[in-house]
Amino acid sequence: MATRERNETVGTPAQARDELERLEIQLLLEAIFRRYGFDFREYAPASLKRRLSRRIDAEKLTTVSGLQERVLHDPAAMERLLLDLSINVTAMFRDPTFYVAFREKVVPLLRTYPFTRIWNAGCSTGEEVYSLAMLLEEEGLYDTTRIYATDINEAVLEQARAGVFPLDKMREYTQNYIRAGGKRAFSEYYVAAYDAAQFDRRLIRNVVFAQHNLVSDRSFNEFNVIVCRNVMIYFDRSLQDHVHELFYESLPTFGVLALGHKESIAFSPHAESYEELDAQEKLYRKVR
Amino acid sequence: MIEIAVIGASWGGLNALTTVLSDLVCDELRATVVIAQHRSPESSQSVLPQLLGESSSAPVREASDKETIEPATIYLAPPDYHLLIEDGHFALATDARVQFARPSIDVLFETAAEVYGDRALGVILTGANADGAAGLRSIRERGGLTVVQDPATAERSAMPAAALAATPVDAVLPLDEIGPFLVRHCCGEPARVR
Repeated sequence: MATRERNETVGTPAQARDELERLEIQLLLEAIFRRYGFDFREYAPASLKRRLSRRIDAEKLTTVSGLQERVLHDPAAMERLLLDLSINVTAMFRDPTFYVAFREKVVPLLRTYPFTRIWNAGCSTGEEVYSLAMLLEEEGLYDTTRIYATDINEAVLEQARAGVFPLDKMREYTQNYIRAGGKRAFSEYYVAAYDAAQFDRRLIRNVVFAQHNLVSDRSFNEFNVIVCRNVMIYFDRSLQDHVHELFYESLPTFGVLALGHKESIAFSPHAESYEELDAQEKLYRKVR
Repeated sequence: MIEIAVIGASWGGLNALTTVLSDLVCDELRATVVIAQHRSPESSQSVLPQLLGESSSAPVREASDKETIEPATIYLAPPDYHLLIEDGHFALATDARVQFARPSIDVLFETAAEVYGDRALGVILTGANADGAAGLRSIRERGGLTVVQDPATAERSAMPAAALAATPVDAVLPLDEIGPFLVRHCCGEPARVR
């Protein structure tokens, strides 16, 4: 005999909607994984839900189930959703003090190597890549450096390659650049055209842009420095552990790992393997 | 029983928060207190927690990503991040500003409402914008307690006024009665003298 199992909802109508929506989101993520292979099932649920809500509004839909129907039948809608889920909003020289610490504590280490490989994991639209390239150029290290800039999403990599950023951001970026210890005039790095700033192509002469999925792809090289700031905040703890494993495998002894200001390595399974280069700026060095 | 009190403040928030936290004095703070105060992205990581810590009897610290939410602790949203509540821990996001703000009070309140339901308490203090109004409504709709600073006693009245326009609330209180209100809902029962 068929039995009927149902979670009895107790609470307000809004809570009943929340509960239904949690189910719909699970189903959507499962559907995306099975249909397209992108695995968002271990993303941090609260921010994921907010991003889905924005996409639902933008598609003029009302429910997660409606979004599921659309992305399953319309790959272009999936592209748009992928962009929403994978873009990490950042700025050039976000957290200027990080770049000051990078100059003071990482650059001297890099000077001891004949050649340096840096992995900017989850580079999104490239603000951090360009910032690092400027810093290394100014420190005279860029010609012996290769930056591997990876992201899950080919569309954002295309934007990063193009090096075109909104002109109205330049004021903020210039202030950040100055506070980050920049040694030139920030405006030397771009040409303004209409409402856009086109950055100097020479800044990416040693950058390799490549699609890489932190969730499902393996390590692809060994790096002296891995910069992955404010990317893992979108992952749940178990996925964060997985990515920490990937980074650990990709760093040699004395390799440097850079995280965002409010990301702690303390929760990672490899916490014991790193020492702090700069506690405030979340710069770590692998020691074992 | 309230397990989490979320407080949103903007313009004038430092003074208001100082008053509220210094009034939040009890033998046994049981709930977690989480504050979203609008501040500039450049603001130093250490100054605001330190200033608020001086007026508080409980430890005040900025929340880290995936940090376990502890009772009897006062957390502050770090500058230039949204602070979200998940089941048992915090999460951070750098997504676009919401209502021109990051941290967004709405984001904190809405996620707290979903996780804590009727065990959440939301407080909207002074501010010159409308952030927090939707979030306070979310808390109300999920059975939580809602308090708004009386706009007449707020350094900037727009934010509390916007919250009052968005939702019915449990209490509209002058600033100096908000701390005692929190004590009634966030602290353990004082030992009764028979």
